[in-house]
Amino acid sequence: MGLLSKKDSKLILDPLADNNPITIQVLGICSALAITAQLKASVVMTVSVLFVLGVGNVVISLMRNIIPSKIRIIVQLVVVATLVIIVDQVLKAFSYELSKTLSVFVGLIITNCIIMGRFEAFALGNGPWKSFLDGIGNALGYGVILIIVGFFRELLGSGTLWGYKVLGDPIAKTGLYALGYENNGFMLLSPMALITVGIIIWIQRSRNKALIEEN
Amino acid sequence: MGLKNNLHQLKEKYKGTKMAPAFNAIHTFLYTPNETTHSGGHIRMADDLKRTMNTVIMAMVPCLIFGMFNAGYQHFNALGTPVDFLSMDAFLIGLKKILPLVIISYGVGLAVEFIFAMIKGHEVEEGYLVSGMLIPLIVPVDIPLWMLAVAVIFGVVIGKEVFGGTGMNILNPALTVRAFLFFAYPTWMSGDKVWVHGAVERANQMAAGQDVDAISGETILGSLAQNNAPGYDVADMFFGFIPGSVGETSTLLILLGGLFLIFTKIGSWRIMLSATLGALVMGLIFNGVVNAGWITESSKFYGLMSTEFWHHLIIGGFAFGVVFMATDPVTASQTNKGKWIYGFLIGFISILIRVFNPAYPEGVMLAILLMNVFAPTIDHYVLQGNIKRRMKRLKLKTA
Repeated sequence: MGLLSKKDSKLILDPLADNNPITIQVLGICSALAITAQLKASVVMTVSVLFVLGVGNVVISLMRNIIPSKIRIIVQLVVVATLVIIVDQVLKAFSYELSKTLSVFVGLIITNCIIMGRFEAFALGNGPWKSFLDGIGNALGYGVILIIVGFFRELLGSGTLWGYKVLGDPIAKTGLYALGYENNGFMLLSPMALITVGIIIWIQRSRNKALIEEN
Repeated sequence: MGLKNNLHQLKEKYKGTKMAPAFNAIHTFLYTPNETTHSGGHIRMADDLKRTMNTVIMAMVPCLIFGMFNAGYQHFNALGTPVDFLSMDAFLIGLKKILPLVIISYGVGLAVEFIFAMIKGHEVEEGYLVSGMLIPLIVPVDIPLWMLAVAVIFGVVIGKEVFGGTGMNILNPALTVRAFLFFAYPTWMSGDKVWVHGAVERANQMAAGQDVDAISGETILGSLAQNNAPGYDVADMFFGFIPGSVGETSTLLILLGGLFLIFTKIGSWRIMLSATLGALVMGLIFNGVVNAGWITESSKFYGLMSTEFWHHLIIGGFAFGVVFMATDPVTASQTNKGKWIYGFLIGFISILIRVFNPAYPEGVMLAILLMNVFAPTIDHYVLQGNIKRRMKRLKLKTA
C-alpha cells in the first residue's frame, strides 16, 4: 500500500484477523447473533457500523483536546447517537423493508461496545487520520465476521443468498431439494449463530496458536 | 492368535505416527490391551470403560429388537393389514429401516472420533459406543439418513469433542443429536406422520394426486395434546405396541434394562427413582388442578393435564430418557444428594414441558439437557453445604 505507511495499514489489517473485535475481544456479539440470519442484513449492518465508527472516531479525535474528561462518556454518546439516527433515517427513507428487518438493532448500534471501546481506547489519544483508519479497520473486522456468519446462516437455513434461491426451490422441489435436501431451520435461530461464531473462533485459534490464552 | 499377533505388529509399526490411535482403538476394541499403567495408585478390577459401555449396550439391545418388530407391526397396522407382532414380516420391515440407522450412527460417529483422535494425538475413547446405540433408538423410524448423519456430526463435534472428548462433555451427546434434529428439521421430528414407517411417503403420494388412503400414526402424547383420547389401552402403552421413536415405546423392556443397570451398579438408582418421583408429583399437581375445576375441558391443556398421573411414566420417551440418558455418569450430578435433586427436577420439568408445550409434547429431552447444564451447579452447592456443615461441627468441637 503506497498510500498508507506500514503503521497505518496495520491499523486497518490488525482488527481483520489477529485482533478481531468479535472473535478475539468478544465485543458486539449481541447484534452479531441477532441480525445475521440474512446476508443482506449483515452487509447493511456492516456498512452502518462502518459509517458510524469511521466518522465517530474522526469527530471524537478532533474534539479530544476540548472534551473535559469527566463528561467524556456523555459527549461520546451524543456523537454516536447523532450518527446512528442519521443511519436510521437514511435506511427508513431508502430501504424501508430492510430497516424493519433490522428493527431495533440499528438503534442499538449506540450500545455496541465496539464503538464506545474504540472511542475510549483509540480516538481520545490519536489524531484524526489514524482514528479514521482505526475506525474503518475495526468496523471491517466486525463486518467480516457478520458477513461470514450471515453467509452460512442464510445458505444453510433458508437455501438462499442475498434473497436468490441458489439451492433450488424448496416448494417446487427443484435443484438440491429434488434429491431430498431440506433447509436446516436451526440455522435461523440465534443459538446456531453463537455456535457458528464459536466455530470461527475455533478455526482462527487453531491456525494461530499465539491467540490461545493461558488458563 | 493370528489376528492378535498381526495387530500387535501393526501397532508397533505405527507407533508414534498419526495413525497410531486408530490402530490402538481397533486393538483395544477386539482384545484386552497388553499394557498396564505403571505409575500412581490403582484399583485393579475388571470393570474398565469398555466393559461399562458394553453393559449399557446389552441393556439396550432388547429395546432395539423390540423396536424392529414394532416398526413393522405399526406399519402393517396403519395399512389396515395387521400381522402378528412377532412375525417375520414385521421384523424384516423393521430390520430394513432400523439397521441403516444403526450403521449410519456408528459409522459417522466413530469416523468423527477417529479423525479427532488422529489430529489431537490422543487415544480413541469408547464413549461413543453407547451414544451410537442410543441415537437410532430415539429418532423416528423414517428419518432420512443424511439428516441423521449431519446431526451425528454436529452432536459429536459440538456436543463432545469441543469440550475435550469423552468424559468432558456438558451435554449428553445422543440428546444433542436429537435436539439438533428437533430444531433443524421439525417436520421430520414431530406431527402425526413420522412415527410410522411409510406414512410420510403415503402423504406425499396423496399430495401428488394418487388415489391412496392416508395413514397416520399419532403418538399418544400427540393425540392428548390435541385433547383427543388415544386409541390405546394401558397394557399397550406398557408393553409398547404403540407408535413412537424406534426404541422408546416398550416401558417393560426399558424397566428390565433399568433393573439390569442398577443390578450391575452402572446406572444410578437414585436418579431413576427421583426422576420417577418428580414426574409423579408434577402429574399429581396437574390432576389436582383439573379435579379442583380450575381448568375447563375447553382449555388446550386439558387433555394432558387430566391424564392420570402415573400414565405419564409409560407414554412418550419418559422411561427411556430417565433410564438411559439421565443416568449418563458424565453429564449427571456426581454427588448422591445432587443426584436426588437432579433426578427429581428432570421428572418434574419433563411433565411440565409436556403439558405446557403442546406443539412438541415431548419434554424429557429438553428437561434432561437443561438439567445437564445445571448438574455442576447442583454439585457445587451440595459440596459447599457439606463443607459448611463440617466447619460448623469443627467449631463446636473446638469451642
